[in-house]
Amino acid sequence: MLKTVRSPLRKVPGKAPTGIAGFDAITGGGLPRGRTTLLVGGAGSGKTVLALQFLAHGARACKEPGIFVAFEEPSERVVENAGSFGWKLEELQHRRLYFMDARPFPDVVQSGDFDLGGMLAALEAKTREIGARRIVFDALNNVLALLPGPAARKRELFRLHEWLVARELTGLITLQTGGDEAGTIGQEPSGFMQFMVDCVVILNHSVVQGVSQRNLRVQKYRGSGFDEDEAPFLIGSGGLDLAVARAPGRAGLKVTTERVSSGVERLDTMLGGGYYRGASVLITGSSGTAKTTLSGAFAEAACRRGERTLFFSFDSEYTEVIRNLASVGIRLDRYVKNGCLRIIPARTITGSAEVHLGRFKTLAREHSARCMVIDPVSSWSTSGNDSTAQGVAERLIDWAKSEGITLVCTKLLSGTSSPVQGGLPLQISTLADTWIHLNYLVQAGERNRGLSIVKSRGTAHSNQVRELILSDAGVTLADTYTAGGEVLMGTMRWEKESAERGAHEAAEVATKLKRVRLDAEEAELAVRLKALQVEIEAKQIEKALLARTTQTHKGELSQGRTRMHELRGSDAPKPGRRKP
Amino acid sequence: MSRPARFRFRLYVAGDALNSGLAHANLTALCRQYLPDRHEIEVVDVFREPKRALEDGILLTPTLVKLAPSPTRRIVGTLGQIQPVLQALGLEALAP
Repeated sequence: MLKTVRSPLRKVPGKAPTGIAGFDAITGGGLPRGRTTLLVGGAGSGKTVLALQFLAHGARACKEPGIFVAFEEPSERVVENAGSFGWKLEELQHRRLYFMDARPFPDVVQSGDFDLGGMLAALEAKTREIGARRIVFDALNNVLALLPGPAARKRELFRLHEWLVARELTGLITLQTGGDEAGTIGQEPSGFMQFMVDCVVILNHSVVQGVSQRNLRVQKYRGSGFDEDEAPFLIGSGGLDLAVARAPGRAGLKVTTERVSSGVERLDTMLGGGYYRGASVLITGSSGTAKTTLSGAFAEAACRRGERTLFFSFDSEYTEVIRNLASVGIRLDRYVKNGCLRIIPARTITGSAEVHLGRFKTLAREHSARCMVIDPVSSWSTSGNDSTAQGVAERLIDWAKSEGITLVCTKLLSGTSSPVQGGLPLQISTLADTWIHLNYLVQAGERNRGLSIVKSRGTAHSNQVRELILSDAGVTLADTYTAGGEVLMGTMRWEKESAERGAHEAAEVATKLKRVRLDAEEAELAVRLKALQVEIEAKQIEKALLARTTQTHKGELSQGRTRMHELRGSDAPKPGRRKP
Repeated sequence: MSRPARFRFRLYVAGDALNSGLAHANLTALCRQYLPDRHEIEVVDVFREPKRALEDGILLTPTLVKLAPSPTRRIVGTLGQIQPVLQALGLEALAP
């Protein structure tokens, strides 16, 4: 849906605030002051409530006393019915608020022409008396129906309008339309009135897929800009609560770089420090993928920091949430006891997405929550039609941001389909700042949980799939192994891990062994070196000995030869000397 | 035969508005014709006595209230159509 981008509507002094925050926002300040507004809607569409709120706000906050002309119900009943809204009409009554019973007598007989002169005279007197500035005609059609024909109706409406304008009263006329739709508008008398008045507001109450849906639309506003779209609204404990995507003048949201822990240490690391404060986090996955556990971990971490936290559980009862999370080491009971955490089981609560959003807001305000978990958003967002649920999701995130509430939502994704292909009727995924997807990996007869970060705005984040391990000690993430293009988890991961551990040990032993062997070899060589050295020494000694011996021998030899020569007498032997 | 009941009327008018004047004239004529000497008419101008109009719950003018004999009846309009008026007042028998 394409939304028109518009600069915030400027507040104009010529407007009478209604006290309905969203309404004053879309009309730029309220109803046209001193002019007449027509409020059209079917039975039970909230016309009277809106009108009363407008009067009560005027009387209390704007010093503008008011008159309520009741054509439909006795005034005591109107006051009584409004008692539940806490406007304290009784306090305001008589001095600042006046209720006029103006139901036509049922047995009245008509004969000839008549007009509203009596009523206007009475109102004139009362207006003077209390100094009224605002006036409501509730279900004017009841009295118009008495008038004999279209011409008379037109004349009386004109008279009424003239009277209001002349006294510069801010008038609000409510008209019933037949059926649930405001489709009958355009028929007389409202058709004529629409042209006469300065502002027309249409309330619509319809039922979409068994869920009640209320819408408000400003159809016309003379001399002022206004938001033309249908705005969903609720009738809550304080009256009308009109949903506007963003209140004008508050466009600049505070952006923070503060990080808050996700409750899982390694996940914080994967996210570069945790979620951003005020971010909206979406956790998707099929059932049993530990979405609740992950959001519980976040809640626990928030409470540990002492931040007030709200936990909406649409799946489980309060005690179940506590017990189930305690089984994985997330102990929330102590935080519930000290008032830090509030768990709201909402399984049995039905209603449109709009109603739920209203509840979130009210409870968050009551608890002054800084962190909030909605587990899961899927259940309530599907009640009612998709387009409105979409709008609600948008506003939920928008509201959480503007309040600085860190919001964690879980969402069921059917099957193990990829989150990107898997149909997300509620396009919360595009709005969320961080999207964590949990899935199962079935492999080797096991089902293991995998966690991946699909996106995380403004954050460097890990691209790796991690295994999510739940134990009674808490939630941890483990690295996964990829082998042959397949991610290994669970036992296979463990096997792989232990195999690696074994291999590592073996390698260590082998190294040790090698060193010992080398040492031995070294020692052996050293020994051999020593032996050789000894040998060398021996040889040297031997050599020295040899040299000496050789010399002696040589001397001896020469001496010996001489002697031998002498003995032989070969060289000039002396005669006479012969051997026998 | 008992004396016929005396009729007490109160007519709320809005100043000198045309409708109101017509109603006053029509009522006077009707009384003269059907209830001679047994009627009382009180005229209340809502502009002069708005409090009274408020208290009596008078929204539409002109309004004729028959206070007596009971039951009380309210008729709005100029009283131009005589038939429904006589019917409302329980005077059909006197109608021509």
